[in-house]
Amino acid sequence: MSLRDDLYKEVILDHYENPRNYGVLNPYSIHERGVNPLCGDELELYLLMKEDIVENIMFSGKGCSISQSSGSMMTELVKGKNKGDALSIMAKFKKAILEDSNENFSEDEADLESLLGVKKYPVRVKCAVLAWNTLEQALKEREL
Amino acid sequence: MLDPYRLKTDFPILQTTMNGKPLVFLDSAASSQKPFQVIDAIDKYYKEQNANIHRGVYYISQKATELYERTRIKVAEFIGAKCGKVIIFTRNTTESINLVTQTWGRKNIGRGDVIVLTELEHHSNIVPWQMLAEEKSAVIKYIPINSDSSLDLSTLDTLIDYRTKIVAVSQMSNATGTIHDIKHIVQKAHSVGALFLLDGAQGACHIKTNVQELDVDFYAFSAHKMLGPTGVGVLYGKEEILERMPPWMGGGDMINDVSLERSTYADLPARLEAGTPNISGVIAFKEAIEYLEKVGLDEIHHHEKILNEYALERLNNLSGITIYGVNDLDKRGGVISFNLDGVHAHDVGSILDEEGIAIRVGHHCAQPFMKKMKIAGTCRASFYLYNTTEDIDRLIDGIKQVKEIFGRVLKR
Repeated sequence: MSLRDDLYKEVILDHYENPRNYGVLNPYSIHERGVNPLCGDELELYLLMKEDIVENIMFSGKGCSISQSSGSMMTELVKGKNKGDALSIMAKFKKAILEDSNENFSEDEADLESLLGVKKYPVRVKCAVLAWNTLEQALKEREL
Repeated sequence: MLDPYRLKTDFPILQTTMNGKPLVFLDSAASSQKPFQVIDAIDKYYKEQNANIHRGVYYISQKATELYERTRIKVAEFIGAKCGKVIIFTRNTTESINLVTQTWGRKNIGRGDVIVLTELEHHSNIVPWQMLAEEKSAVIKYIPINSDSSLDLSTLDTLIDYRTKIVAVSQMSNATGTIHDIKHIVQKAHSVGALFLLDGAQGACHIKTNVQELDVDFYAFSAHKMLGPTGVGVLYGKEEILERMPPWMGGGDMINDVSLERSTYADLPARLEAGTPNISGVIAFKEAIEYLEKVGLDEIHHHEKILNEYALERLNNLSGITIYGVNDLDKRGGVISFNLDGVHAHDVGSILDEEGIAIRVGHHCAQPFMKKMKIAGTCRASFYLYNTTEDIDRLIDGIKQVKEIFGRVLKR
């Protein structure tokens, strides 16, 4: 077991160094803020919905490499998907990471698998799920 | 001369490994490790002396009471208080400060009254006052800090005036290690008739303190940061102030006489110590104080200065590191807060953890300071009497690992 193999993989550092869809989206239809109060990670999420489709999505924030790279991966995957598909990727990722279940990730979703190493470091799990929790919150509020 | 290698042998946990590597413990500012003398005293209490105090007529209860009260006398001597009855045992510094805000504060703070704190306080010396100020419509003012995290004392005359009822300041910052020069603040507070509370959570363990010489009205600190057990805190107060403070928690041990209609309260210190306290913890706390006295607080402070000097020099030789706090080593306790440019503190903490090195990462319960510095948090290495320059070498090696893993990010 080593951090370099489990946590700080090339793909994660690449997303951390060059986060995709980073910034403030304007115009947007949903804005959601996610925080991990204990470690201070912050994530601002902006979505432009066209009916059921996430037409555009951007995030910004402050946090560790895991929380920020997870945000980058999440936006990359969700962009252009409809709400149901977005939520089902979220459910799969959270199940894999929180319940240690064996999930099948498609080729598009391969980057997500790189984050699963975080399971061995329980204090960092919340970093990996912050972006997805924020997305869930954003899409749920949409229903109201 | 303090020999940290010899002292280290008194601390069983420092002989262990973390993630397969010999433990380097650099988080004493959060909680210190405990020598076997303290651990043995807890063990002995439960094996030979366990009984409730202040009520049993049998031998072991009397013995436990005697040992508990002996710690009180020891604490009074340690901080230069005039007698044991002005030493109130609590659970920790936080509870000690809350005891002041909830009793003295509720009685003496009113609408428009001013409470003066600093921008560099621990949350436990901010939030209790905010709760009180909200309840009483009082006002909180903050002594600002300079860019090196020392206090800007030029503001004292405008901040502290006739409306000020209390000034509460930490002796040493847990976030930056800055030791505050409180003498002028105490004088200023008293000159307008305000009280002064000294938060000694980081002070009592490192700095020789005499509450009567400093003329502070309250002094709050925790046993667990000074080699003692968790769950034991101290509130010192001047006798005439404590005497006029209403009780806080009601219950056993704090009463004189109870009827169904009303109760009368016990004298100090029992009046402010309701319920069965942390008896084993208080008893073992005496061993911790005696250990510190044997080594000597001046010796400890000197040792920490040597470690600070060594660590600052080695850190300054690395590129891409920002160090917080004052440069004057006489005004810095054994704490170094730093950041690696481009790397989040939690990533540093995880990599050091794998190397067997324990440091604290995050906002250190000092979010107003972090906001002022426009940072999310810092990496904090803190030193105590058992740390060596070799520990610092391990820290530097660990930081080099971080720089290697995050090399691509650092090059930005």
